Amino acid sequence: MTDIELPEPLTEVITPVRLEYRYTPGESPSQFLRHIPEGKLLGRRCPECGKVYAPPRGACSMCGALFGEEVELADTGTVTTFCVVNINFANRAVDLPYVCAEILFDGSDTTAQLLLQGIDPEAVRMGMRVRTVWKPTEERTPSMASISHVEPVDEPDAPFDAYAEFV
Amino acid sequence: MTEEVLEAPHVLSYDYTRSTGPVIGTFLAGLRDRRVLGIRGSDGRVLVPPQEYDPVTSQSLDQWVEVAAEGVVASWAWNPTPRPGQAFDRPFAWALVRLDGADTTMLHALDVSAPDQVATGQRVRIRWSDEPQGRITDIACFELARNTDENAGEPTT
Repeated sequence: MTDIELPEPLTEVITPVRLEYRYTPGESPSQFLRHIPEGKLLGRRCPECGKVYAPPRGACSMCGALFGEEVELADTGTVTTFCVVNINFANRAVDLPYVCAEILFDGSDTTAQLLLQGIDPEAVRMGMRVRTVWKPTEERTPSMASISHVEPVDEPDAPFDAYAEFV
Repeated sequence: MTEEVLEAPHVLSYDYTRSTGPVIGTFLAGLRDRRVLGIRGSDGRVLVPPQEYDPVTSQSLDQWVEVAAEGVVASWAWNPTPRPGQAFDRPFAWALVRLDGADTTMLHALDVSAPDQVATGQRVRIRWSDEPQGRITDIACFELARNTDENAGEPTT
């Protein structure tokens, strides 16, 4: 045993981890981001498989073809899946609980994760139709953060088959 | 395409809350009180920082020993390009220090401004942070102490 006086042990310690990256999205996503302050989501269509990616990459991830034609997405879309967030993290300035949803914009074949507001989280469902709410023009930057959130539109839910591929 | 490619800062940070266990918890509580506590192993060696289990027999250890806040540089390396969050924002040395009364070494920053100011065998002491909170950074760094004849030995680099 020990003959010196010991302090009461601590039980836990907080160890912060911090990584600072300089992110560069590359040429194709940069084009996409440059149009965002105009309130436009521009995807590109793969000439081989016809799928529209937003944001586009240099080449299609499924068939490898270089992307072609630019396609402007609609500001409406469908909730493919969602998550109700009950724990605040990253000090996000949103009242709890809030809903984070994957949105399949009309005209696109990729989904984007966005905040869904204007509805009781209990009432959110897959297939819900939503619309983009942009931040005021002067607050927009070439970033998805320029989209404040999406909100429900008064339309019937999309049938499951319309978004089954994205679940 | 002549436009510049976009670039933006992206910071990933997490505050992990880690359980210390009884041994490291006691060691950290000691630092908060500006004491360095080690633990004696089955072979009689004093381990600093302490270990929960004996490195030879794997038995639980509970024989605490207080060691000095001063010791000797067992080895060192020069850090010419310090990174954010390190002890200094200019070049400094990392040192493995064997505190008086301990049989193992601990790694920490040593406050020297050029590599010719540090040598193996150099006496150093703990510089405590102003407000110890029970973290390893309660030891702000090590600083040079006066070499004495009986302790100095033959410094080598």
